[in-house]
Amino acid sequence: MTGIFLITSIAILITMALALIRAMLGPTVFDRVLALNMVGTKTVLLIAVVDVATERGDFLDLALLYSLMNFIGMVALLRFTEYGSFSREGTEL
Amino acid sequence: MNLIVFTILAMLAATAVTVARIRDLWAAIMFTGIYSFLSASWMLILDAPDVAFTEAAVGAGISTVLMLSTLVLVGPSDAGRRKPALVPLTVVTITGCALVYGTLDMPHFGDPNDPIHLHPRPSFVEKSQVDMHGLPNVITSVLASYRGYDTLGETTVVLTAGIAVLLILRKEKDEPEREAVSQ
Repeated sequence: MTGIFLITSIAILITMALALIRAMLGPTVFDRVLALNMVGTKTVLLIAVVDVATERGDFLDLALLYSLMNFIGMVALLRFTEYGSFSREGTEL
Repeated sequence: MNLIVFTILAMLAATAVTVARIRDLWAAIMFTGIYSFLSASWMLILDAPDVAFTEAAVGAGISTVLMLSTLVLVGPSDAGRRKPALVPLTVVTITGCALVYGTLDMPHFGDPNDPIHLHPRPSFVEKSQVDMHGLPNVITSVLASYRGYDTLGETTVVLTAGIAVLLILRKEKDEPEREAVSQ
């Protein structure tokens, strides 16, 4: 774990902590959604940094999966916020 | 690397306390999503990518959607029990202490004298056919006989889960066709 990777991961961790604090305080729903999305993105970045730093090469697939999961979860959350359910006017998805 | 692990663990603890304390169920679901992402990255750093894969797919993906669907059915408001629950807290604390005490007997992480790093006792291979009354396959004798109770327990768990799923999903004979839940 050389200097540049250490500094990068510390910066990402600080960003994650700030996003977490925003999610805890967050007065509106959209603060929380944004914070959750940000934690997901920073997780992907952290995995990528750890992958390069430890020269593994196989963690990058997991980073891809994480970003997909982040996207799906975000779409589900926002649909629920917008319509109060996953469907519009009772039409099932 | 230790720095990353400890920071992630601290954030995990903060998220867990928030999930327990928050009254807005919608926000609590989002915090469980954050919790899943954090724990998955922690498992990844501990070099368990398969567990992290499952945690990310099931914990952050499917269970968030499932809990949101439940929230659609039951409504987003909490019944609001504010009474301090001392008995559950005591039970949880005692259970946690017992679990931590149990880990003290485990071999140290990465210890070269771990049983898992030593050659298995040859007697297992040599004597299994005599012990198990002529079972020719060593794997079968280990799985079904030496640790038979364990396997029995596992299959019981799977059977119970299957029965529960069937009971939930079955359709009553005289139940009228229900309209799709819409709000």
